[in-house]
Amino acid sequence: MTGRTDSAQRREEKAARIRHLLSTEGESVERNTQGFNRGRYDAVADLSDYEELKDQARAVKEDAIARLPELIEEVRESVESRGGHVYLADDADDANRYIREVVEDEDADSVVKSKSMTSEEIEVNDALREAGAEVWETDLGEFVLQVADEAPSHIVAPAIHKSEDDIAELFNAHFDPEEPLETADDLTRFAREYLAERIAEADVGMTGANFVAADTGTLALVTSEGNARKTVAATDTHVAVAGVEKLLPRFEDVAPFVELIGRSGTGQAITSYVTFLTPPGDAPTLDWDADATGPADDREFHLVLLDNGRMAMRDDDQLRETLYCIRCSACLNSCANFQHVGGHAFGGETYSGGIATGWEAGVHGLDSAGEFNDFCTGCTRCVNQCPVKIDIPWINTVVRDRLNRGEGPAGGDGSSFDFLVDGLTPDEETDSSGLGLQKRVFGNFPTLARLGSATAPVSNWVARAPGARALAERVLGVDSRRDLPEFRRESLRDWFTARGGPAVGDADREVVVYPDPYTNYVEVERGKAAVRTLEELGVEVRIPDLPATGRAPLSQGMISTAESQAETVADALGPMLDAGRDVVVIEPSDLAMLRADYRKLLPDETASRIADRSYELFEYLYGLLENGADADGLRAGDGEELAYHAHCQQRTLGLEEYTTEVLGELGYEVRTSDAECCGMAGSFGYKREYYELSMDVGADLRNQFADAERAVASGTSCCEQLSALRDETVPHPIRYIAPDE
Amino acid sequence: MTGLVQQFEREATDAGCAVRRVAAGDFAEDFAGLLEPPAVGAPLPFEGVSLPERVTTDPTPGELESAETGVTPARFGISDYGSVAIESTPAGDEQVGLWPGHHVAVLAESDLVADMPAGIERVGEIARSGGDVVLATGPSATADMGELVVGAHGPRKVSVVILEDR
Repeated sequence: MTGRTDSAQRREEKAARIRHLLSTEGESVERNTQGFNRGRYDAVADLSDYEELKDQARAVKEDAIARLPELIEEVRESVESRGGHVYLADDADDANRYIREVVEDEDADSVVKSKSMTSEEIEVNDALREAGAEVWETDLGEFVLQVADEAPSHIVAPAIHKSEDDIAELFNAHFDPEEPLETADDLTRFAREYLAERIAEADVGMTGANFVAADTGTLALVTSEGNARKTVAATDTHVAVAGVEKLLPRFEDVAPFVELIGRSGTGQAITSYVTFLTPPGDAPTLDWDADATGPADDREFHLVLLDNGRMAMRDDDQLRETLYCIRCSACLNSCANFQHVGGHAFGGETYSGGIATGWEAGVHGLDSAGEFNDFCTGCTRCVNQCPVKIDIPWINTVVRDRLNRGEGPAGGDGSSFDFLVDGLTPDEETDSSGLGLQKRVFGNFPTLARLGSATAPVSNWVARAPGARALAERVLGVDSRRDLPEFRRESLRDWFTARGGPAVGDADREVVVYPDPYTNYVEVERGKAAVRTLEELGVEVRIPDLPATGRAPLSQGMISTAESQAETVADALGPMLDAGRDVVVIEPSDLAMLRADYRKLLPDETASRIADRSYELFEYLYGLLENGADADGLRAGDGEELAYHAHCQQRTLGLEEYTTEVLGELGYEVRTSDAECCGMAGSFGYKREYYELSMDVGADLRNQFADAERAVASGTSCCEQLSALRDETVPHPIRYIAPDE
Repeated sequence: MTGLVQQFEREATDAGCAVRRVAAGDFAEDFAGLLEPPAVGAPLPFEGVSLPERVTTDPTPGELESAETGVTPARFGISDYGSVAIESTPAGDEQVGLWPGHHVAVLAESDLVADMPAGIERVGEIARSGGDVVLATGPSATADMGELVVGAHGPRKVSVVILEDR
C-alpha cells in the first residue's frame, strides 16, 4: 500500500504547490509572458525574411556545435593575442575556483555583475561571498531577487513573478527610504542610484555573453538597461562567463541572431543595446577614488568558457539540439502552462520553461529535469516560435522516456501496482522502474478505449459507480472532478461495416478515414459526420482496422512503444497507399503523429510517404472544394456565428485556416481564439496534480469565447475542456456541415 | 540616400529618439539648444563641425556622474532599426554616451547603412581591429519593476543629429 499512498500524497503536494503559485505569482507571470508573446507575434511579422533568418541561425549553430573543439582553440588564440585570458572550466566548481582566484589576485572586495543565467548555473555569487567579496547584481530584475533572496522565475525577465506593488513593498521594507517608493519609476530611480554607488566601488565586473565570435574573440551582449555596459566600463577587471555553446565561428555569423533574439524574447525589434566587445577595446578605465581615467590597456580580461556537461550533450544525439538554444525565452512565453505558473514550478535548479528540460538534464542531471518535465504537454506551440528551430517537445519526450526507464529518479507513482496493468503495458517498457501507473494507463488509452467500448455501457456504469472515481484518483491520479470519456458500444467501424461498407463506388478519389480511438469508440458521431461529408463530395470512403498511431504512449514518454506502433501503422498503411488511397485523420494529435512525429520514429522514406499522403479532415475537404466538388449537399450556415478553437498541434502544422475557410465558404461567421492552448492537452488536464492548472489555463479560452453562442473545437481533449468550461457539449466543426443522416 | 534617412528617422523615432537633420554649417546654432548643462562629450570627427567650448571633453568619473548631457559621434547608423553605432575611443565615447541622462549622437548622413547584415559588416571591420562598438537603439529601458520604465542605468533620453551634407 505504501506505493499508492506515497504517489497519491506526492500528487496532492504538487497540486498544492501549483495552487499556491497560481494564487501568488500567477497573475503577474501571466500578464508579462502574454505581453511578451503578443509582442513576439507582432515583431516577427515585421520581418519579411523571418523563416530565412531562422534557417540561417539554425545552420550557424549546427556548424558551430559540430566544430566546437576547434572553435575553443580558435577563441583561445584570438583572445590571448590581445592580452586576454581564456579558461575552459570543466564544471561549476572549476569555474568558481578560477573566478575566485581572479578576484583574490585583484584584491577585490567588491564585484558587480550583469545578468547571466550561466553564472546562476554555477552559483558563482555564493562562491565569491565565501571568498569574502561583496557581489551585486546590477540588472534590476536580478537586483530585486537579490534583495528578496529568491530565484529567477524566467530566463530573460527574472523577476517577472513580482508586480510593481510587490517590489515597492519589498524595497520599502528592506531599504526604509525617507519617502516610500510607489511607482515603477520611483523604484527604478532608487535602484539605479543605489547601484551606481556599488558600480563605482567595484573592482571586478562580471558579465555573461550572448554570443562569442571565435575568430575575433568578440563578445556580444544583448541588453536594455545599460548595466552590462557600466559593469564593464567602470571596472578594471572584466570576467565574462559563457557556456561553450555560445561560440560562433565568424563574427558576421551574429547577424541573424541580432535580428531574432529580441523579437523572439520580449517582442522588441532590437534591445536598446547590442554591445560588441573585443577586449581590451579602447574605452578608458575609470578610477573613482582618484577621479581620473586610465588607458584601456589597464583593463584585464578573462573569458571563462563553461563545459559543465555541455560536451557530453554534444555527444548525445537527442540532447545536442539544446546547445543551439540562444535563451531568448520564446518557448517560455508561448507556453500556456508557463504563462500561468511560471518558472518557479515549470523550471529546474537554474533554467525554466520548455527548453529547460534539455538544459537541466544536461548540466544538472535527470533529477532536476524530472521535477518539471511533465509541465510540457507536447502541445508544440513553441516549435515554430524557436528562432533556431529546436524541437523542444521532442527533447521533453526523450527526457521523459529516460526518466521512465529509471535512468533518473523514479517517476513518482511507484511500481507496486504492476499487476493492475499487466497486459496493458507492452513488454519492453514493463520493467522500467520509473514508469508510474498513471503514465502507463494514459499511455495505453487505445487499449482502454477498446475494452471500454466492448463492455459498454457496463464500463461507463463502473466508472460512475460509488467510490470508483475516488479510487481512480487515489490509485491512478485521475482527477475526480473530470468527466470521463463515455465509451460507445457500437464503434465507428462497427457502424460502417453494419451499413455495408463504402457507399460510394467507382470514385476518382478513395480515402481511408483513420479510426483513431476517440473517434472510433467515444466521439463516434463526428466520425459518421466525416464519412457522410466525404461521401457527399463524391469520395469513396473506407474505414479499415488500423492500429493506434502511438500518440498516447509517446505523450507519456514511452518512445519504444510509440516506435513499434508506428511501424505497425506503417505496415498496415503501406498497401492502402499503394492502392492510391489518401489517409484522412479527424483527431489532430494523431494527424500530427503521421505528419510530423513519425519522422523521428520511422525511416525517412517511410515517414515522408505517410506524411505526404495524410490529411486533416478539413484540409482534405478544402482541397475537394477547391477542385470543384459540389458543396450544395452540405449543411450551410446562414451567417451563424461559430467560435472555433483549433487544436495546438494542428495550428503548429499550419492547418487551422482550412477549417475557418470551409466554414466561411459554407456561410458561417467564424471567429478564432488566440489562446495558445485550451489547457487540457490530452491526458494532462485529467491528472490530479495538474487539474487546477489546466482549468486556470482554460479560463483564458473561456473568457475569449464568453459571448459566443456556439463553440466548436477540432481536438477531442479541446472539446472536453471547452465542454467543461462552458457547461455545454462542444462538438467538432464537422457536425455543422455534414449532411443529415 | 533620402530613402535611408527617412527610414532611419522613422525607426529611430519609433524607438524613442528625437531625430533632427541639419546642414554642417547650421550645426553650431542648432546644437546649442540640445545642450542642457553640464555637458560632456567626445570629439566629433566631421569636417567643419566641432563641440562647443562648454562641453567638457575627456571627463573624469565625477564629471560623468554629474553630467546632464553627453555628446558622441555615431560611427554609422542602421536605417532598418534606427540604431546608432557608438565606437569606444580613448576619449571615452562609451562612457559619455552612457552615464548622462541625455545622449546626443551626431551622425553623418553618408554613414547610414540599410540593414542589419550591412551594419554587422561594419562592426566586423571594427572588431577585427580590436575595437568595441555598441549598437544603441533608443533610450535605456527596463520592465523589471513591474511596468516599462524608460531610463534605467543608461540615458532616459536620446537625440540623434543627422548631418545632411556629411
